[in-house]
Amino acid sequence: MGTAISLDGVEKSFGAVPALRNIALRVDEGELFGLIGADGAGKTTLIRILCTLLVADDGKAEVLGLDPVKEYRSIRSRIGYMPGTFSLYEDLSVEENLRFFATVFNTTVEENYELIRDIYSQLEPFRTRRAGKLSGGMKQKLALCCALVHRPDLLLLDEPTTGVDAVSRREFWEMLQRLKKQGITIVVSTPYMDEASLCDRVAFLQEGTLLAVDTPEGVTGLFTAPLFAVRAREKYRLLRELRGFEHALSAYAFGSSVHYADRRRSASAGEIRDHLEKRGLQDIVVEPVRPGIEDTFMALMKQGRGEGDD
Amino acid sequence: MKNRKGTASSFRGFVKKEFLHIFRDRRSAAILFGMPIIQLLLFGYAIRNEINEVKIAVSDLSHDSLTRAIKSKLLSSGTFVLAGEPESPAAIAPLFAEGEIDEAIIFEPGFGVRLERDRRAEIQVITDGSDPNVSRIITGYTTAAVLDYLRQSSFPPEGKRGVVAEPLMMFNPSLKSVYLFVPGLMAMILMLVSALMTSISITREKESGTMEVLLVSSLKPVQIILGKVVPYFILSFVNVVSIVAIASVVFGVPCRGSYLLLLMESLLFIMTALSLGIFISTMTNSQQVAMMISLGGLLLPTILLSGFIFPVESMPLPLQVISNIIPARWYLEIVRAIMLKGAGISILWQETLVLVVMTGVLVAASVRKFKERLQ
Amino acid sequence: MTESVTRGPIKGAVENLTNNVINAEGLTKVFGEFRAVDAISFSVGAGEVFGFLGANGAGKTTAIKMLTGLLAPSSGNASVAGFDVYTGAEDIKRNIGYMSQRFSLYDDLTPLENIRFFGGIYGLRRKEIKEKGRALIDTLGLASVADVRLKALPLGWKQKLAFSVAVMHEPRIVFLDEPTGGVDPLTRRRFWEMIYESAERGLTVFVTTHYMDEAEYCDRVSIMVDGRIAALDTPLELQRQFGVGSMEELFIRLARAGKGGRHEE
Repeated sequence: MGTAISLDGVEKSFGAVPALRNIALRVDEGELFGLIGADGAGKTTLIRILCTLLVADDGKAEVLGLDPVKEYRSIRSRIGYMPGTFSLYEDLSVEENLRFFATVFNTTVEENYELIRDIYSQLEPFRTRRAGKLSGGMKQKLALCCALVHRPDLLLLDEPTTGVDAVSRREFWEMLQRLKKQGITIVVSTPYMDEASLCDRVAFLQEGTLLAVDTPEGVTGLFTAPLFAVRAREKYRLLRELRGFEHALSAYAFGSSVHYADRRRSASAGEIRDHLEKRGLQDIVVEPVRPGIEDTFMALMKQGRGEGDD
Repeated sequence: MKNRKGTASSFRGFVKKEFLHIFRDRRSAAILFGMPIIQLLLFGYAIRNEINEVKIAVSDLSHDSLTRAIKSKLLSSGTFVLAGEPESPAAIAPLFAEGEIDEAIIFEPGFGVRLERDRRAEIQVITDGSDPNVSRIITGYTTAAVLDYLRQSSFPPEGKRGVVAEPLMMFNPSLKSVYLFVPGLMAMILMLVSALMTSISITREKESGTMEVLLVSSLKPVQIILGKVVPYFILSFVNVVSIVAIASVVFGVPCRGSYLLLLMESLLFIMTALSLGIFISTMTNSQQVAMMISLGGLLLPTILLSGFIFPVESMPLPLQVISNIIPARWYLEIVRAIMLKGAGISILWQETLVLVVMTGVLVAASVRKFKERLQ
Repeated sequence: MTESVTRGPIKGAVENLTNNVINAEGLTKVFGEFRAVDAISFSVGAGEVFGFLGANGAGKTTAIKMLTGLLAPSSGNASVAGFDVYTGAEDIKRNIGYMSQRFSLYDDLTPLENIRFFGGIYGLRRKEIKEKGRALIDTLGLASVADVRLKALPLGWKQKLAFSVAVMHEPRIVFLDEPTGGVDPLTRRRFWEMIYESAERGLTVFVTTHYMDEAEYCDRVSIMVDGRIAALDTPLELQRQFGVGSMEELFIRLARAGKGGRHEE
């Protein structure tokens, strides 16, 4: 399998503000690769460098085996790019948008209809509706169709699921999985941790620095402290009591429970329960739990920032 | 990318999309097509500078056949209405004060005799100066009418007569203001449509993020720019034709020169304005800023400094200098010369050259500044 | 959460009128033929953290606009902070706080200037603004950047400040419209801890979010589908009722079952 993207020591600053520091990563052909990070982590800058809209200050970059500075034209005609804002013409209808982007890429909707049929069929009932009148989920699908209409080899998606509801997000990821089967390499950035597990490999970005690049399973392997899911009646008190525990490494709310990490390898559930009972909490449930992507990301973030315990 | 035909069709698609934007957005469609007509009618009917039913008092101290003839000539035009014939000039002031009259004319004693003998005689024209603009026009009109009569009745007055005859009147003898406004209006509307609309339509794509996608497509920057320019070029041209047509049909504004030359010069000015619009859009990423620059930096000078409303010659020197870099100033001179004087390219080549150079510089600057990447 | 939280019945909770900060009964908004909000009834008790979920276009935004006095309902009744949405819109506005991801603070002003400005808007006296401003800056740890323009600050700090400013005038209820979009998980949790803390002091929190794990942080959650409330209870109870393992699963099941009027909004 070939390499779709390779970056080595890539740096980018805007004025005095560093946006990317020493980024090195490789994306294989046919891979679904996730860039995970919060707003301001550098995801958009990285994607813009990949789609040749920005030039890195330093470092080596190759996209589809081409140089993004010298051979940007060749790259541009072979990638599909979806910017952070769904860049559609809101005053044009669904169909007009798609046809326009097809002509811009010197192709027709019919020529590559196979590729987008799946997605476009959901938009078909609203063919004549103006794009501005679509819901977030629909806009997102249309923007994806527009990015795919010329059958690119590499798809670069900048936060396609931000601000979109959970149903649309799930549908969108199902579409990406199907596109991957068609052999398209996909790089997608997202602030949602739970989406990381849907990628083949992920890169964690925080303040312009890569915290980790690995498969989702590999990433969670980086979390080594014993982790427990703890429940009790008063969650906010529970959080404070767990943080107050002398062996606490961290305690964060996770859905209906609190994830508590202990400093000691030998920590046991019974011990934690005893502590909480002593502090007067009720309905306590403590069970060991496998760390997830989000646990790992937060732990890495704190390491990266050199922060102590919360 | 695949073949030449492909490139042409993607360009056509682009232009088509641009037209869709224009016609979908009611406001821009209204600006494009409503504006020229409304402005023309507004300037043509409402904001008239010309004069009607001027109440006039004539104090004839000479009472000869010539003064009577001039008087009846003045009154016969319909512009002046006789509102009194005071025996002495002293009676004139109260008439002004009471608002009975707008103008008074005094013929000096022995007017006819002196004119015969000395080829020189004096008429005093007094106007109510509280509205200087109107007074100036009335004075000019009166002077013109008197001179006109004298010329016709073989009394060519020699040399300076203490009255300044504006050369303008040679070509616009009835001082019809609409004649003057039409060229100015053409400049203003072309500037608005071409510069404002293109700069807004490009910055809108930057704001919505679609420009990013266009840049990443296989379109070349030149194609993007041309795709933006062509629709407005066509629409501006339609506007020129309709303004000239309305001006001629509704207001009877003549075009003494060649229509072809007028259209060619207008196309040139449209190019200047379009290149200004593109230049503005390379300077900013926001629609709001583009609009501010276009309105404040282009439209206002076009109205105020081009000679549209205030004659360039009567501006203070610094403003006269500034007016040289305003494209509308040159266009205005060209259009006025063609329409009112019937001038040809042999007379107007200098003004034309100025516009050509301006366009060239702006296009070169825009192409240099247009970025194929983001900052 | 505190024991005093009102767990009112789902529909027409009238018996707890004194404790309820929001009471809605058959609240409806019709745009032309489209019933954006279709007779929703629910109540929110004092000090409750109430999650208001729904797919894009399910009617959430319209409902919030009616509850905050920005939009008059077509029919039905609702009171917020003790004031009627028809007659007391102005009183409602004075007694609620509002923060959204899209609009909250002015980016070109410093934290202190923002506090002063919004304090003035909320009708605080100058002395109060000064005291609260100083206290806010201290508790948020913004002392070192009190005079830096907001746009230079990390998003997480801005959001905390926005929340603090939204509750500066001590409203009885605060509406949070997707307050944590785009923030890293650490900051998101710290933000929620602020919410908990405020709720413990008796503030009612009405929050919308796209993060389903955040739905589980709420005392009670309602899920809107096609303008109606399709489910309303504590997260645990809802998952038990519908036999699902997570809020996300429940949300997707309910939203997909809807006829999908998800193309407005």
